[in-house]
Amino acid sequence: MPVAAARALAHDLVVHVVDRKAVQEALCGLADWAFQFSSWISLYPPYALLLEVQGSFTLFGGQAALLKNLRTGLAALGYKTRLAGAPTPLAAFSLARCGSEQMIEAQHQLAAVLAPLPISALDWEQTLLDRLDGMGVRRLGDALRLPRDGLARRLGQQSLLYLDRMLGRCPHPQDLYQSAPEFRRHLQLVSEVEQAQALLFVLQRLILELCGWLQGQGGGVQSFTVRLLHRERRHTDLCIGMHRESRDAGQFTTLLRERLERLDLQQPVSEIELCAGQAVKLDARSLDLFEKADAQEQIDLLDRLRARLGDKAVQGLSAIAEHRPEYAWSYSEPGVSRKDSRDQHRPLWLLSVPRQLETRGGCPHWHGRLKLQASRERIESGWWDGRDIARDYFIATNPSGSCYWIYRELAGERRWYLQGVFE
Amino acid sequence: MNLDTLLQRPDVWRGGQISAAVKTVSSGFDELDALLAGGWPQGALTELIMPHQGIGGLRLLMPALAQLSRDDRWICWVAPPHIPYAPALVSAGIDLSRVLLVHPRARQDGLWALEQSLRSGNCGAVLAWPTLEDSVILRRLQLAAEAGNTLGFLFRSQRHVRRPSPAALRLQLEPGTGGGLSVSILKRRAGRAAGAVHLDTSLQHGSLALHSRTPTAAGHTQPQWQ
Repeated sequence: MPVAAARALAHDLVVHVVDRKAVQEALCGLADWAFQFSSWISLYPPYALLLEVQGSFTLFGGQAALLKNLRTGLAALGYKTRLAGAPTPLAAFSLARCGSEQMIEAQHQLAAVLAPLPISALDWEQTLLDRLDGMGVRRLGDALRLPRDGLARRLGQQSLLYLDRMLGRCPHPQDLYQSAPEFRRHLQLVSEVEQAQALLFVLQRLILELCGWLQGQGGGVQSFTVRLLHRERRHTDLCIGMHRESRDAGQFTTLLRERLERLDLQQPVSEIELCAGQAVKLDARSLDLFEKADAQEQIDLLDRLRARLGDKAVQGLSAIAEHRPEYAWSYSEPGVSRKDSRDQHRPLWLLSVPRQLETRGGCPHWHGRLKLQASRERIESGWWDGRDIARDYFIATNPSGSCYWIYRELAGERRWYLQGVFE
Repeated sequence: MNLDTLLQRPDVWRGGQISAAVKTVSSGFDELDALLAGGWPQGALTELIMPHQGIGGLRLLMPALAQLSRDDRWICWVAPPHIPYAPALVSAGIDLSRVLLVHPRARQDGLWALEQSLRSGNCGAVLAWPTLEDSVILRRLQLAAEAGNTLGFLFRSQRHVRRPSPAALRLQLEPGTGGGLSVSILKRRAGRAAGAVHLDTSLQHGSLALHSRTPTAAGHTQPQWQ
């Protein structure tokens, strides 16, 4: 029915134009996701997907279990679907097309099961269906009863081949869907979103697709990028990184949630994109780690902290064999540390910047007069890199019993500084 | 809910009853272990109240932290007031590769990071210096430490001493004579507040190792090249 005619019948009609490109993309996304259920997938555009599932029954613990998994997963993605199964692709397709959610296992049952379906179950051009209708053929059973040569003459050899393939009388080779080596999914939002947290709901769907794809690829990723597109070609990139490769949707969602909670959206978002590089095989080391619950959780804490606070806010610590106290340590990647330390008496706290001390009567003061211990340590070092120091270090106690690490410059004004606290 | 079910709750404790179920980690100081009936309580918050810094509150934890750093869990420092000085940590026997430093920018982030670290189960010990007074938040932290089976140490200033606290253990630290440290119990789950012990954590090099009896003292504090 033309749009004009429809409008005449219903004046408050809202017309949505189908975005064929978006539909095709969604179907590819679904196919990528479905690789976790089967490695033999064909696209039946615009709205159907064909999976060879016989080979996966054992893996999932039977047909019922596989279907249940499939249904739960599809519901989580937010799709309304109809599932039908049959020994031939076209039979399964026809059943699904008519909303007849059956699982036919034996080929000899096909003709009987398909017979009551309307001829619109056939993926044929409208002119062919009209011609069938003109011949008084309303159901598939009627079409199948027609003499073969007459049918071929009236509807073409192709139509006969279609029916033969549907009933399994001749083979039906399929174009297998090949997923892209990298994951990239794009989604146009129905309306612009101004709250970062509201994006999570939509992104969750893309994450599920990503994890399905990763499972199909038998791998994981160490990072993925969410691009939020604004008006005028501006965008915001959120890169979510992990300690180790993973394909855990729960972990991805948690990390992304932390990041979104911290995000201050400058402009509303109209489109989103989720990209991940090539899947990396989860090697023995990673798999071993997955089995060790502790280690897995440990990664989670580190990733969680970093996702929310930023990479630089979470650090490990290294000790470096260096005379100058301020260079005898450094931050490092958590879990990886240098431990080159001289066994010297050092305070547990180091001030990030030494603090100049007031002197009264030649004695340094810090919350009272500081009493110096007898031992003195002279440190002169660093002439080669221009950051040389020449200092005398002392351990000093103030009247309230606090203990500090202080030094006096050997050159210049010979000022006193507080550099450490013996906590 | 009847009394029996109420008493089954893990967060209900009965005064005067020394609970054998509380797991502890040795503090490394015999006198303190005796006072604490075993050592630092695991899966709980311990508040260390100090009149001012520089009296050796952190040093008190070193033997236990050294011990804990040998497990596959983090020693997590949330928003430390200064830089934990790596050479001193190595000398105290701590495995630096288990040290995790968290520097949140905002206060709210600090509390979040603290709770996450306590709760995750990935941290052997979590150290923090919160200035908050809200006992509801402290209670959350106590529950998080229970969930994560973590030793949570909160360093608190003297002004917090009169505030009620849900922490399982509260200790008052005072500078002792001769550079040592005096420790008294303000509150604990099992038993009443008890008298003070004086610990020699004095500054003479190696004295900490001499007076503590963890395996740290034997080998780990001495670098191999010596």
